Amino acid sequence: MKKIQLSLLPKLLSAIAAKKALYLPVDGKAGADYKRYEEGDTLSRACRTNRSAKDFFFPQVEDMAAFRVEGKKIEIIDTRKENEDFVIFGVRACDVRSFDILDRVFLADPVDTFYENRRQHATVVSLACDAPEETCFCRQFDILAEDPAGDVAAWIVGDEMYFKAKTEKGKKLLSSLDVLLADGDSAPVEKEKKHLEAIQHKLPISEFNKEHFKPEDLMEHFNDPAWAELSEACLGCGTCTFVCPTCQCFDIRDFKTNDGVLRYRCWDSCMYSDFTKMAAENPRHTQLERFRQRFMHKLVYYPANNDGIYGCVGCGRCLAKCPISMNIVKVVKKIGGKKA
Amino acid sequence: MQKMMQDRARELLSSGKVDRVLGWIEGDFVYDVTPHVFRENDIDQLIYHSFASQNLSKYLVGETKKDGVIAVFLRPCDSYSFVQLLKEHRFDREKVYAIAIPCLGKVDAEDLRAMGIRGITGVTDGKERIILHTLYGDVEKEKSEVIAERCRKCRGVHAPYFDERLGEELTKEPLTDRFEMVEKLEKMTAEERFAFWQDELSRCIRCNACRNVCPACTCEKCVFDNAASGIENKAPASSFEEQNFHIIRAFHVAGRCTDCGQCSRVCPQGIPLHLLNRKFIKDINSCYGEYRAGADLEEKAPLNRFDVDDCEPGDVVGKGE
Amino acid sequence: MQVNEEKFEPTIVAFCCNWCSYAGADLSGTNRLQYPANVKIIRVPCSCRVNPMFILRAFQRGADGVILCGCHPGDCHYTTGNYFTRRRMTLLFSMLEFLGIEKERTRLEWVSAAEGAKFAATMNDFVATVTKLGKNRRLEDLRCKK
Repeated sequence: MKKIQLSLLPKLLSAIAAKKALYLPVDGKAGADYKRYEEGDTLSRACRTNRSAKDFFFPQVEDMAAFRVEGKKIEIIDTRKENEDFVIFGVRACDVRSFDILDRVFLADPVDTFYENRRQHATVVSLACDAPEETCFCRQFDILAEDPAGDVAAWIVGDEMYFKAKTEKGKKLLSSLDVLLADGDSAPVEKEKKHLEAIQHKLPISEFNKEHFKPEDLMEHFNDPAWAELSEACLGCGTCTFVCPTCQCFDIRDFKTNDGVLRYRCWDSCMYSDFTKMAAENPRHTQLERFRQRFMHKLVYYPANNDGIYGCVGCGRCLAKCPISMNIVKVVKKIGGKKA
Repeated sequence: MQKMMQDRARELLSSGKVDRVLGWIEGDFVYDVTPHVFRENDIDQLIYHSFASQNLSKYLVGETKKDGVIAVFLRPCDSYSFVQLLKEHRFDREKVYAIAIPCLGKVDAEDLRAMGIRGITGVTDGKERIILHTLYGDVEKEKSEVIAERCRKCRGVHAPYFDERLGEELTKEPLTDRFEMVEKLEKMTAEERFAFWQDELSRCIRCNACRNVCPACTCEKCVFDNAASGIENKAPASSFEEQNFHIIRAFHVAGRCTDCGQCSRVCPQGIPLHLLNRKFIKDINSCYGEYRAGADLEEKAPLNRFDVDDCEPGDVVGKGE
Repeated sequence: MQVNEEKFEPTIVAFCCNWCSYAGADLSGTNRLQYPANVKIIRVPCSCRVNPMFILRAFQRGADGVILCGCHPGDCHYTTGNYFTRRRMTLLFSMLEFLGIEKERTRLEWVSAAEGAKFAATMNDFVATVTKLGKNRRLEDLRCKK
């Protein structure tokens, strides 16, 4: 366990930034968001950033290849850029868990090398939550906000920040900062954890019985008449999917440049009418089907393929951001609730 | 008001005058409000308070394709969207029973969070003041301190095309001049304006919420979703695409935008999109005479008509600086 | 780089109405009036065929200035097309300026089939204006650059 006075945190941040690219949540015009550290930036204490941290590994837009056409010749250009080592500082427990969920998709065979490359270059410093929002429900997915995963976990206790390396990468990072860090006792952190856990138990979203979402009940949930009512107000925008830390669908598209083609991938949303559009048409004709797809994926299909792990981390972004306030909590209550 | 609405809705349903009622329903939190189609069995759950923010008019496009008559509650701003949609023949008027309701101004939970008001569990609305019940005790605020940007300019007056009025019309003085920010931007240099919009638009994640919530955006197939349009795209793949999308989105509703402010309300990134729409409204007013979309069923929209002695672009562009 | 800056040759896209301005461009050619080769003319059936996306697209694809030429008000081949053009472009150009795009990069001109001289003069003037402004940086799409 290592510690540092909060007043010395800027020094620590610039020490990290001197060696590696450093990203951290910073308060902005409309809430906190991750940005690259510049001298003078202060760590946001907000519990939730607008955008999730998935952007670091799975950016919204990413070039994959380019083709240059000259007469009858086509040249294929590799647009891949070598990533630099980077540190993400202050990731909350829910977002850290989302990396595991994304890993299971992108690092499964065939490995997504773009994603893998970024993952290898990243060191994640997580931060325990001391002021969760009322929309937080990560505990429902067995995520411990008071003891986050990551390469290094951090806690703010009083005017000190404590660090604990959890992986080799984390140890390396902390040892490279040895000059600035003092040895810390784990007792205050343990006490803080208890305190933070107590806060978690007070959060309003607690009756969240997701146990009914078992693969064997797939058809029953799929045919549940409640989907019609739940999806009736859905606007078909992509807000929920784009702010979601675990939504991982993308589309690969070609952009015609002036002298060739740029092939890129970008986030796609199952809420869109042209999602997975095939030669003939879109397999999901109505918003009901699209809406159902999103939640069935998170609650049934994903766990069925991934040892029962749900595709939601309870970050609460969809609760806060959906234009019509329709979200996974309402779905779970309505769809899963009957069998209880 | 809420009680009155529930009673009236129940009456309409039981008399068979309408088959469904479009209103708002509450979720886990008081601000967790969703538009909902009520029938007799769940009409008790209809709510109406400071967090009932969604504009219901657009839902009529889909709802009137179904059988039966639907009653809809229209706040003043929604009533203009309602008339605009009607004017463009986007729904079947015969299948709608429109009820005008007063509005005291809406409050956005995100704004309150930014003010440090968290853990909201309930609300008591007053005309001048609002009491927010939170996990950490009650917070009492002047309405004018907390109401959303889009509500500050409101006069509380309905467009006159409803079937009945519930409650009284609460006319009020706007709290702000809606063009204030547009004018402030116009007075900046081009460099400053460019920097301002780059900062704002670069946050866009192209979730399309602004487009999909807009009661003026009712194309069956949007040009941005149409692979054959040549400009279809799903992501802000370059800074050009960001600007392009927002310019075209605003242009396509120019002269039809009722300034209901839903675009800015829903933006998950907090981009002040209404400023683009208001710029068009301001230009239209100053070049082609005062015009309010949705105020009149007959009047032609400013981009559907012309005068032989209209001003030239050069007479307008660059006059702000 | 600096040498390039000095020699900057803008790319100009001119949308010309088939009935007046395109014929005006023709006339200026037959009269051997000179206008810069930077101007790429796109013929459209009427100035009101040009929708805002055409203009933005031209900028995206590398134009440094876009000019739209139509028949004089009252002379439209389709009677009223150019009146609508005028309203649309007034609003669009004003919006572009509102977003911080240099207002000199866009222009609307009325050029009749008989005004070959005006066509050439307009183009010369527009090219000179845009040359002075330099490259279009604010509405460019980097993906289209080599």
